Amino acid sequence: MNLKDLSIREDRLAPGHRLCPGCAASIIARIVMLATDKPIVATCATGCLEVSTTIYPYTAWKVPWMHNAFENSAATLSGIETAYQVMKKKGKIQKDIKFVAFGGDGGTYDIGLQSLSGTLERGHDIVYICYDNEAYMNTGVQRSSSTPYGTDTKTTPTGKASFGKDQFKKDLTAVVAGHHIPYVAQASPHNYNDLLRKAEKAFATKGPAFINVISPCVPGWGYPSEKTLTMAKLAVETCFWPLYHIEDDVWILDYDPKDKKLPITEWLKTQARFRHLFKPENADVIKRIQEHVDKDWDKLKKQCGVK
Amino acid sequence: MNTQELKKAQALSGAEAVAHAMRQIDPDVVPAYPITPQTDIMHAFAKFVSDGKVTGELICVESEHSAMSACVGASGAGARVMTATSANGLALMWEIVYIAASLRLPIVMSVVNRALSGPINIHCDHSDSMGCRDSGWMQMYAENNQEAYEQTIFSMKFAERAKIPIMTCMDGFITSHAVEPVILFDDAKVKAFIGDYRGDWPLLDVDKPVTMGPLDLFDYYFEHKRKQSEGIYLAKNIFNEVAEEFDRTFGTKIDVVEKYFFDDADTVIVAMSSTCGTAKVTIDKMRKEGKKVGLLKIRLFRPFPSWELRQILKGKKIVAVLDRSESFGAFGGPLFTEIRSAMYEEKGPKIVNYIFGLGGREIDAGMIERVFTEIDAYKTNEIKEYVKYLGVRG
Ligand SMILES: Cc1ncc(C[n+]2csc(CCOP(=O)(O)OP(=O)(O)O)c2C)c(N)n1
Ligand code: SF4
Ligand SMILES: [Mg+2]
Repeated sequence: MNLKDLSIREDRLAPGHRLCPGCAASIIARIVMLATDKPIVATCATGCLEVSTTIYPYTAWKVPWMHNAFENSAATLSGIETAYQVMKKKGKIQKDIKFVAFGGDGGTYDIGLQSLSGTLERGHDIVYICYDNEAYMNTGVQRSSSTPYGTDTKTTPTGKASFGKDQFKKDLTAVVAGHHIPYVAQASPHNYNDLLRKAEKAFATKGPAFINVISPCVPGWGYPSEKTLTMAKLAVETCFWPLYHIEDDVWILDYDPKDKKLPITEWLKTQARFRHLFKPENADVIKRIQEHVDKDWDKLKKQCGVK
Repeated sequence: MNTQELKKAQALSGAEAVAHAMRQIDPDVVPAYPITPQTDIMHAFAKFVSDGKVTGELICVESEHSAMSACVGASGAGARVMTATSANGLALMWEIVYIAASLRLPIVMSVVNRALSGPINIHCDHSDSMGCRDSGWMQMYAENNQEAYEQTIFSMKFAERAKIPIMTCMDGFITSHAVEPVILFDDAKVKAFIGDYRGDWPLLDVDKPVTMGPLDLFDYYFEHKRKQSEGIYLAKNIFNEVAEEFDRTFGTKIDVVEKYFFDDADTVIVAMSSTCGTAKVTIDKMRKEGKKVGLLKIRLFRPFPSWELRQILKGKKIVAVLDRSESFGAFGGPLFTEIRSAMYEEKGPKIVNYIFGLGGREIDAGMIERVFTEIDAYKTNEIKEYVKYLGVRG
């Protein structure tokens, strides 16, 4: 599918919702749902994407959609998908329907991890999309297990005794890979083609598929709203957020900047949440972040068989 | 049961009887997670699935939270959905229990009553389902295995017609594990009684997309809650409708309450579940001794039949309400406070409360007889203590 094909498909998330201007979550949701021409049923965890798109009596969703609670987007969808399989078997439904669950990093890395894990392990024929904006944004920017090391959030504020979050980001994509489901990927909205292809693949996969998508957040990260895709691109160019996929347990790297790999400071310096790291006393924090990125990047390349 | 009925009966535990009801209903989706004493329902139902006796799917989820979440998803999709749990399992579901009711999803959940932690205990009391009494679910309580079986079938139709989920409760171990003669209805009759189900706005109707569970703020939330309240209140009429159809189909009466030697009794006990069986044995003995004692068994706890109870209990001299759960910091147990509130406008009867049987503590005929004797004295004596404890040391 190319851009021309895409342009004639109808958007499944209508404009007029109340996500911030420049919010990546809606870009991700739209691209993902454009990736199949089959009917879709979607679920969404509590969080920015959910609250901003469905303030009663309005809705931006043009597909059947359910929000249940914060931590159960996956389990809820597993119930819907099972209902579908049974009704199809009984001849009550003929259509070929696709199922997608959305969740933020809080709803996926943290409170919803068990629900996701159970759903993946049971092998439901669903796609799970995590839009990872690296904090609990809807409730006012608190840290999650996805928040990067050194980030200033409302629950890891910087101060005399703190440089921000004192733990590194959880590698959720690897955790999901440990479930040995047929398809796992990491993607970014700045490379819409890559995201689109991955979503297409995920929908076409029989069984569970998972895509973790970096989702820059204007107020939470602290950058001008027109820079959202630049933020996403820099996360990838610094190898903080590598693009790769895992198909039937084979790891494949999708993008390698090679000697154009940017230092992590190129990404950090663009965002208010990292501003304090550039004070002289935090030089070692930046050093640790760079070391961590480099170590993870080398490990990933090895895993993908890239020199 | 008379001898002829006994011939048709099978020896089944309460849990097995409920599993048979589930087999006959053959729901589309059953998401469930094991917890004692609910497990025997799951085991029996899983075997029916493995033996190809049902056409639906059992989802062995990784927690009760996910069990209720998947119930909500499947029911929202338009499927017929059942599950079962006890105590901590129900407590873990709690958040989603409310959501299921507010989405008006007619899920039938068998609650095998067990004491809530802590301390952890596996035996019967009603603290688990009573903790959900404000959740918007309907609740029925069964005295014995036969009732647990019938109530499950009844509840499916009742819930779907009322568009409200229902907990169908039976006493853990006492009912779930005790084996009694149970008469199962004919499979085809159950099927015909239950009929086909399709939700009103199923998610799987992709041509008519709906948004379920939106953000609902101060400008609409209150109206929605008001409608929900009206819905469960009006469900009483639906109860009677379905009870009539049930009687016509199976020749079995199901009422919101059951009276036992009640009309001419001036000293009565109000109770729920298996304790009613013990009370009946006690009453049989005391009646032989010429004592005018009786029982009122409550089967439908939500929606609470306040008006009916007011008519039924007025004119009685003294009533003891037996509660198998605590309501910490309140004036008596949950059944007691409901009944006293229902009777407030009436001059009589005097109403006292006994909290008993927590964590599976035995209640026997001797104890019930003592209650009758004690409250009989209140006809003339002043009541010093309205809320008492039965069968507890200290
Ligand atoms: C059980 C529960 N705990 C806490 C909350 C409060 N809450 C709602 S959304 C949210 C954070 C969402 O974060 P994330 O999943 O990252 O999505 P985002 O808002 O960042 O898009 C929290 C903590 C809740 N709704 N439910
Ligand atoms: S706070 Fe961030 S994630 Fe939430 S709507 Fe705004 S940009 Fe999007
Ligand atoms: Mg987030």
